[in-house]
Amino acid sequence: MAWMAWTWPTAAFFAVIAALLVIFTVLAVKFPETPRRGVLGIETTRGDRLFITLLASAFLNLAWLGFGIAPQPYALIACLVLAAGIFRFV
Amino acid sequence: MNKTVNQKAWFLVLPVLVLVAFSAVIPLMTVVNYSVQDTFGQNVFFWNGIMWFEEMLNSERMWNALGRQVVFSAIILAIEVPLGVFVALNMPKKGFWASFCLVVMSLPLLIPWNVVGTIWQIFGRVDIGLLGYTLDAIGIDYNYTQGFFAAWTTVIVMDVWHWTSLVALLAYAGLQSIPDAYYQAAKIDQASRWAVFRYIELPKMMGVLMIAILLRFMDSFMIYTEPFVVTGGGPGNATTFLSIDLVKMALGQFDLGPAAAFSLMYFLVILAISWVFYTVMVNLDKREGR
Repeated sequence: MAWMAWTWPTAAFFAVIAALLVIFTVLAVKFPETPRRGVLGIETTRGDRLFITLLASAFLNLAWLGFGIAPQPYALIACLVLAAGIFRFV
Repeated sequence: MNKTVNQKAWFLVLPVLVLVAFSAVIPLMTVVNYSVQDTFGQNVFFWNGIMWFEEMLNSERMWNALGRQVVFSAIILAIEVPLGVFVALNMPKKGFWASFCLVVMSLPLLIPWNVVGTIWQIFGRVDIGLLGYTLDAIGIDYNYTQGFFAAWTTVIVMDVWHWTSLVALLAYAGLQSIPDAYYQAAKIDQASRWAVFRYIELPKMMGVLMIAILLRFMDSFMIYTEPFVVTGGGPGNATTFLSIDLVKMALGQFDLGPAAAFSLMYFLVILAISWVFYTVMVNLDKREGR
């Protein structure tokens, strides 16, 4: 594993994503759902909304950094707000 | 009848999962690890946080490469998709000539990228290349190693030559799947050629066309070999597309960190656009299924 040049932050990052995937898989099995249509006009399940959230969060973080809006950790708060919005309305 | 629930079939996906893990997921994780560190080789790394991302987001060089890349992809899509559809519409529907056309069309697709590059590199040379020599002889100043316009034209024409067939073949497959009854109904209604195309052929081709556009977009957005062989990214930086610049940075200068940071952004852009295409395709299928 040394060749992969691991660091604690990146390991934690991947651990969180892996945990999210596991949680959402378990949720999908335990509590099956029917896809619903949101503001984007497409049918989404919880998993789709998670994917959209993660992708949007990545872009939000980059925009946050690129435009120098505020110190980077605050972007995470914005991401949580974004996630809540996506899970509620998409 | 009640179906028994059996999820064991998921295990059949396991080999693909392992393969993708080794060929894509693990390397991608390594790139993520590189993007937050600096190295001088020997596999020794120093923590650098998000500095590389900051540097890359403010790097004019990378934005320019991205700009060239977007322009390139836009131009080849704007040429290849209509041209491919046009070719498909004019191909014979059956018989010997249909097979003949299919074989001829698929020839460029079989040629490896670097060979395509070499073919056009020689084809365009002013001293020995047929194209370059002819253009020079009729008085057109064409030199892809020096002229910005000539270099771009060469790279674009090369890509069109290489990949229009793919769009044409996919569109042709879409056209072949339209039952004759549609055309007969159109004839009874005295529909014009344009109306037949607009309301029968185009909607029926939409699914495969989306796949064609997605494939061509991704391939052109990641293009490396052909322009590298033909122009080497020149003249100057005129045809230095994203992947060429990234390789220069990662391997030429051994700046693994910045290159990793930028390739992650590159990856995110491709992921986002592919997701949009995928969603549109799936929704098209659903609408057709109704």
